[in-house]
Amino acid sequence: MPTDTSQIGKTKTYRAQLLICAGTGCVSNRAFKVRDALVEEIKKQDLVEEVQVVATGCQGFCAQGPIIIVQPDGIFYQMLTVDDVHLLIEEHLVKGRPVEKLMYIPSKGKPPIPKLSDIAFFSKQRLIVLKNRGLIDPEKIDEYIARDGYQALAKVLTSMTPEQVIDEIKASGLRGRGGAGFSTGRKWELAREASGNGKYIICNADEGDPGAFMDRSVIESDPHAVLEGMLIGAYAIGSEYGYIYIREEYPLAMKRLHIAIDQAREYGLLGDDILGCGFNFDVSVHRGAGAFICGEETSLIASLEGRTPEPRIRPPFPAQSGLWGKPTNINNVETWTNVPAIINRGSEWFSSIGTESSKGTKVFSVVGKVTNTGLVEVPMGTTLREIVHDIGGGIPGGKRFKAVQTGGPSGGCIPESLLDLPIDYERLAEVGSIMGSGGLIVMDEETCMVDVARYFLDFLRSESCGKCTTCREGIAAMHDIVADICNGQGKPEHIGLLQDLAEAVKDASLCALGGTAPNPVLSTLRYFNDEYEAHIKDKKCPAGVCQALIKYSIDAEKCKGCTLCSKHCPEEAITGKTKEAHIIDEEKCIKCGACRESCKFEAVLVE
Amino acid sequence: MAKLKPEDLNKIVERMRHQTLLRDGAGRAKVTVHMGTCGISAGARKIMSTLLASIEKQQISDVILTTSGCAGLCSQEPMMTVELKDQAPVKYVDLDEKKARTIFADHVLEGKIVTEFALGMGSERVS
Repeated sequence: MPTDTSQIGKTKTYRAQLLICAGTGCVSNRAFKVRDALVEEIKKQDLVEEVQVVATGCQGFCAQGPIIIVQPDGIFYQMLTVDDVHLLIEEHLVKGRPVEKLMYIPSKGKPPIPKLSDIAFFSKQRLIVLKNRGLIDPEKIDEYIARDGYQALAKVLTSMTPEQVIDEIKASGLRGRGGAGFSTGRKWELAREASGNGKYIICNADEGDPGAFMDRSVIESDPHAVLEGMLIGAYAIGSEYGYIYIREEYPLAMKRLHIAIDQAREYGLLGDDILGCGFNFDVSVHRGAGAFICGEETSLIASLEGRTPEPRIRPPFPAQSGLWGKPTNINNVETWTNVPAIINRGSEWFSSIGTESSKGTKVFSVVGKVTNTGLVEVPMGTTLREIVHDIGGGIPGGKRFKAVQTGGPSGGCIPESLLDLPIDYERLAEVGSIMGSGGLIVMDEETCMVDVARYFLDFLRSESCGKCTTCREGIAAMHDIVADICNGQGKPEHIGLLQDLAEAVKDASLCALGGTAPNPVLSTLRYFNDEYEAHIKDKKCPAGVCQALIKYSIDAEKCKGCTLCSKHCPEEAITGKTKEAHIIDEEKCIKCGACRESCKFEAVLVE
Repeated sequence: MAKLKPEDLNKIVERMRHQTLLRDGAGRAKVTVHMGTCGISAGARKIMSTLLASIEKQQISDVILTTSGCAGLCSQEPMMTVELKDQAPVKYVDLDEKKARTIFADHVLEGKIVTEFALGMGSERVS
């Protein structure tokens, strides 16, 4: 095999680079159109030899996309359209004058912030898993290597025994980022100690929580980091083959993963005799059909084997008997991505970050009623308040914060009184929620907590695999009760019944889906009991969400008679003359809320 | 494609260094070419491409080249500012390609200020 590597991907020197975010969020906001326009404009202005356009992975600031960072200046531009491109290139790159009107404005009336590093959304984060986000082109292996990529693999292959690798990961305190929080080093150790050959490792990229997109973004922005983590794990455990189980709904992540695997094979970083060190490992990508239950490891294994994804009793644990009966180690995308960083910088460094029981950082996808929706990475121990208010920029539209939901359908809703809770696995469990994989949904005063519980039960009801009666029937029964409460048919005894059902579902279901399914109900009952009471006793929905319990009316004092609401009403239920107060006909009103959304004077009331 | 050996990783890191540097926005030296309308009409674009060619040809990996607007002395364009780490910036005026190459070789790479082309040291702060 030839060893001359000096000619691989020769690099050209540029004076500036435009790093355009090409994560799914920005792409759906037409980032590729902007990229093409930039390339075109650069040609037109004769800058092809000087300025390079690089498509990177998700920058995390999804709310402001499409996003560009101009380097070496570090200037951050947001919400770009094709029409902004000419101005941007001519002013910033030809004349050297950054364009203020395309910069980030923290809030109305405040001056724009030119530099990415000065924007609170970015400056409060600490990046380990996402260290390469927005800095490398995920489709070019050289860019990953340029930022110390595959150095950790070289280190373990040339200077560490598998046992030393396991000890290092154990000492780091890394715990599974998929949700359960089991010690990663211990998990590896069990798989290494298991007798038998043909061991497998699996990367769980079956991200199923509504509103969660951590794993997708990590793969989209840094696929080689996942591969490197798996390679190190495979070496430690003694495995020669791995699978990445990723959902079909992630086409961009899948494409980048395939490109990364091909490039790694070309460089001899996958395949036989990796880095000439005699270690063999390869992976293949398995596309999952998108069932929530496949995130559970025994179901995932069943699905990989081509069987119906149903969980089974553990033990035997996958480490003893997993894929095709062989010892198998499964870790989630974020867990794998932490591994190269720990090997490179040492367990001591890693364990210095975080809390007593939870080390390192956690990636969250922050969504819902929050200004800066996006992907954030913070040290364990950061408070929910910092995430929601400092990084997330608080609640838009001057509304009041109500709750934050962590852990997806298996998690719970945490009220304002607990916002100063430092995030780690144990603290979240104490308040009735879980870390989960990192979905974080912010809710404001216009969110009905009973309706939220109904939503998650509805999701779980259709995602339950049906194996355990308690989960299959219990969740459906709980859903029907909560739906009745939302419809104004709630009875006082429903609360006790819900609690009993929740206990039964929790205790008698086999896997974590059933085991955690009652969490959204239990946590809302615990912290927002008053809302259940209002629905049941007063037949009112305080947040103005549950249609059966609300009534729309127009405040005659505030109404200016602009007629906008009557134009938007699909049922022609609103009457009134121009410049006079309007009236809603309750008989005709279908409570769709279109009038309220269209009103510019906040004259439409809900009660 | 050649299979890598452990030591090849560092070769790739070296080769990519200028790119990495550009993205981190931190170098040993920063060279700014003033590109106002006046600068451009006086030939600043040529100065820029000359400097870029020098960096590429000599495989310099720790120098950042950037642009800025008019420096206020339109009659003496093209101009460039050289800033070495921890040193006051130096402005050069009335440049041509040959002067630019000399300044790059002597000041940027060797640290010797080319006084005959220099306007002065320090920078006027614009708030």
